Amino acid sequence: MEFAELIKTPRVDNVVLHRPFFPAVEGTLCLTGHHLILSSRQDNTEELWLLHSNIDAIDKRFVGPLGTIIIKCKDFRIIQLDIPGMEECLNIASSIEALSTLDSITLMYPFFYRPMFEVIEDGWHSFLPEQEFELYSSATSEWRLSYVNKEFAVCPSYPPIVIVPNAIDDEALRKVATFRHGGRFPVLSYYHKKNGMVIMRSGQPLTGTNGRRCREDEKLVNATLRAGKRGYIIDTRPLNSAQQARARGGGFEQEAHYPQWRRIHKSIERYHILQESLIKLVEACNDQTHNMDRWLSRLEASNWLTHIKEILTTACLAAQCLDREGASILIHGTEGTDSTLQVTSLAQIILEPRSRTIQGFEALIEREWLQAGHPFQQRCAQSAYCNSKQKWESPVFLLFLDCVWQILRQFPCSFEFNENLLIMLFEHAYASQFGTFLGNNESERCKLKLQQKTMSLWSWVNRPSELSKFTNPLFEANNLVIWPSVAPQSLQLWEGIFLRWNRSSKYLDEAYEEMVNIIEYNKELQAKVNILRRQLAELETEDGMQESP
Amino acid sequence: MVKYEELYCFSFNPKLDREEREQGWMLIDLSEEYKRMGLPNNYWQLSDVNRDYRVCDSYPTQLYVPKSATAPIIVGSSKFRSRRRFPALSYYYKDNHVSICRSSQPLSGFSARCLEDEQMLQAIRKASPGSDFIYVVDTRPKLNAMANRAAGKGYENEDNYSNIKFQFIGIENIHVMRNSLQKMLEVCELKSPSMSDFLWGLENSGWLRHIKAIMDAGIFIAKAVSEEGASVLVHCSDGWDRTAQVCSVASLLLDPHYRTLKGFMVLIEKDWISFGHKFNHRYGNLDGDPREISPVIDQFIECVWQLMEQFPCAFEFNERFLIHIQHHIYSCQFGNFLCNSQKERQELKIQERTYSLWAHLWKNRGDYLNPLFRDDSSQTQGTLRLPTPPCNFMYKFWSGMYNRFEKGLQPRQSVTDYLMAVKEETQQLEEELEALEERLERIQKVQLNRTQVKSKQSEPSKHSGFSTSDNSTANTPQDYSGNMKSFPSRSPSQGDEDSALILTQDNLKSSDPDLSANSDQESGVEDLSCRSPSGGECAPGEDSGKDRDSDEAVFLTA
Repeated sequence: MEFAELIKTPRVDNVVLHRPFFPAVEGTLCLTGHHLILSSRQDNTEELWLLHSNIDAIDKRFVGPLGTIIIKCKDFRIIQLDIPGMEECLNIASSIEALSTLDSITLMYPFFYRPMFEVIEDGWHSFLPEQEFELYSSATSEWRLSYVNKEFAVCPSYPPIVIVPNAIDDEALRKVATFRHGGRFPVLSYYHKKNGMVIMRSGQPLTGTNGRRCREDEKLVNATLRAGKRGYIIDTRPLNSAQQARARGGGFEQEAHYPQWRRIHKSIERYHILQESLIKLVEACNDQTHNMDRWLSRLEASNWLTHIKEILTTACLAAQCLDREGASILIHGTEGTDSTLQVTSLAQIILEPRSRTIQGFEALIEREWLQAGHPFQQRCAQSAYCNSKQKWESPVFLLFLDCVWQILRQFPCSFEFNENLLIMLFEHAYASQFGTFLGNNESERCKLKLQQKTMSLWSWVNRPSELSKFTNPLFEANNLVIWPSVAPQSLQLWEGIFLRWNRSSKYLDEAYEEMVNIIEYNKELQAKVNILRRQLAELETEDGMQESP
Repeated sequence: MVKYEELYCFSFNPKLDREEREQGWMLIDLSEEYKRMGLPNNYWQLSDVNRDYRVCDSYPTQLYVPKSATAPIIVGSSKFRSRRRFPALSYYYKDNHVSICRSSQPLSGFSARCLEDEQMLQAIRKASPGSDFIYVVDTRPKLNAMANRAAGKGYENEDNYSNIKFQFIGIENIHVMRNSLQKMLEVCELKSPSMSDFLWGLENSGWLRHIKAIMDAGIFIAKAVSEEGASVLVHCSDGWDRTAQVCSVASLLLDPHYRTLKGFMVLIEKDWISFGHKFNHRYGNLDGDPREISPVIDQFIECVWQLMEQFPCAFEFNERFLIHIQHHIYSCQFGNFLCNSQKERQELKIQERTYSLWAHLWKNRGDYLNPLFRDDSSQTQGTLRLPTPPCNFMYKFWSGMYNRFEKGLQPRQSVTDYLMAVKEETQQLEEELEALEERLERIQKVQLNRTQVKSKQSEPSKHSGFSTSDNSTANTPQDYSGNMKSFPSRSPSQGDEDSALILTQDNLKSSDPDLSANSDQESGVEDLSCRSPSGGECAPGEDSGKDRDSDEAVFLTA
């Protein structure tokens, strides 16, 4: 297919662009295979450079011969284009619609994007599972790398390499895979060096209504417990959902078969419930006509913060079991690809100082989201403005980022990165020139040959010029566990994401700049003082030596 | 019945001598403030009509009125106003030569008029020759104002007053506000509420709606003054609650001076203390009528906090300053907020018998500074401009105030304290840098002299001196370690560690004992403990190690 077929009108003059907090601009609108570009003719600068894949929905309106297209983006921005000429407007609208909903992944921009920057480190090789495992292997010999899933035959949504108990051989893993949803047998998610306890994650056990059991599964799960110790299974579903799941072949671990384990049910919502919550929240944020009470009740009715609270609470609970109770835990919901990953990754943010550094956080995303098989392609296909009822969209990853932001807000000096990194990840998960978030799991990414054909997001981010934007000037390494408050009073709407296009951030940006200035100036002085001290020390020793002979 | 004399401020003794106490009371001087506004001038003069509180006993004696408002006009107008609170100047905006005046409601009933009152408003308009009308802002809901007419009170009839534009801005009365706060505090005190409980309760309390109404009124007035160049007369019923809120919010938006530490004290002194805000009744310092109690100034203080959130560089002071002022309005430790009027305070000889809070705050001003404040920043110039229409989501729940005793609910690391410590360290570094440079220069001079004296041969020996420095160090450990102590050649990272230590001490210093004394340390962990898998046997919430951990986190990194 040629993009030219989809572009009925590649170029229209005298188009007026309206954006919040910017004056309207008149210019020439151009459509390319992947971008919508508006450049004002005066100084030949681009005013707008929008990826088609960032477009969530469009509306068109006509007043006489003047057409208006309202573009609603996946990053929640809304822009308006006034296009003279009804035919042009219709052509542009239908082209945008077609180009923003390409059905083939290989037509997406990452496959065409040629980076204009020098790659210092290839991001596709930045976080290899072997390297990640080395961080643990010095501390423990109870775990090993398994290549059982090399061909993605045992579990299609797992990566080729996983970490499993040393005592369990690949044959047993294959059997366990048949007993777990999607073949997702329990694997290591996190090893707590402080006390050797672990977080494992998996899919639900396929007990069904007749209480099927799997000895290998029991053995695997128990292999992670020290003698005489007990563990906790955190099921992210409420008990009744877990019970209902049995009718569909799923289920939960029966006490009788897992006597050393205590099961806790939480209720983290999934799928369309989260999607609807996002839609309601963004609607409320965009509607500025209602009065104060309407705003609060709509914020409440969206339930977004309720989901944040529930996810954070569950993550804190997991971290608490590990760090305070000294117990290992196994976490799963149904598939083990959504709420499970929210909990395992947030627990690590709380427990593990490394995951609060930029590199460590990227590694966490790579390990707990990309490798772990969170279906980004499905979940992030559409965002808050999507009208069509599609089943798989869900802002699971955005909720995770929001939770990280909540912790960051409570511990503003304990993270090496700032809010911008989280916002950037949100944007790229939904629309990107990089291949990182394409596909639903490693198997799909392999088939798409993303490593050969596209650029990794990390290749771009991990260059000093970009990193400086994402670095938190307040950061002071903190090696302790950080316990966030999950009380409603402590949780806030993430304005940087949800009100980003609805309020001017001028004064907040100024404040951030001032903060950077204060710290930079201090560092500069520190460096100067250190140099002078050294010079002085040298001069004075020298002095002493010259005098002593 | 408690007497004033039994209040803490009459026995509180900060061990200052008489002179220091008097100086403390002189720190904030309203006549200086009116001078700063550019008064008196061709249009405005200081009036002595209220000498000995002859006209209005809840007003101060020093008042600015239009020059053309003669004593008979003022007295006549005062008779037509509730509690004789006639229109007087609250703030003069010298850029546009316009004023914000304040009064109580007119006793207009359904049809009464008063020539002097009409002349008074005329005089205010004439005092700003650039504008051909003035706004009269009634801060009450229209319904309330109309109801007042039946009692012979009410609001200005546009037909009777020439060139006024009359405007209602619906701020609810003290009873509604009291109930609203009560409801919100109940929400704050819920034991492990759900998100819905909290948001629903917050909405139901109406508190943020009331805050927004006050802000909206302030914004309206600031705009009228700065953009339309029109003077504004503000009143409510008696003109000492909503009027004080609205005038002070508008002044704060208009004038950067009020966003400084001292300027903010002046603002409270002017619009609240001097104009007879009934501190005793509103904050229940003596047992009185519970129906008189209402969080009027609390709301103003919250408006300031809401503005600080929007304009982080605009204020010289920080959140702690606001919280401490609010605390002392209720504490009765200082004399500033005693009584209902200046007259009462004078009769009680407050200034001779108690101490001033302003002096106390000023002495500890290091604790109250906003590190992001810069007097050359765009936010510290001129009027603060808020988006119009002001967005609802701008107004947030102030957990730093209403949950201030639950430290666990607050962010565990304070950016303000961190930055203040950095700034303090920066200052020390600047001093050290200067000293080092001087010293270096001196040594270099000495060495220069020496090289000049010595022959050329000394140069190679100097080089050999470098290469053998290790040996010589090993040979003379004592001398070197002495050297080490005074001039540690620290790597930058070591330097960071040291600065972290400085920061820690600083943090400890700046926490105020009187507010955190009975703080209930509730953290996320405790919140969870009720759902703890272990039940009672080993509730992590009771684990004393828990708080240590999180507190350590604060100490080590802040």
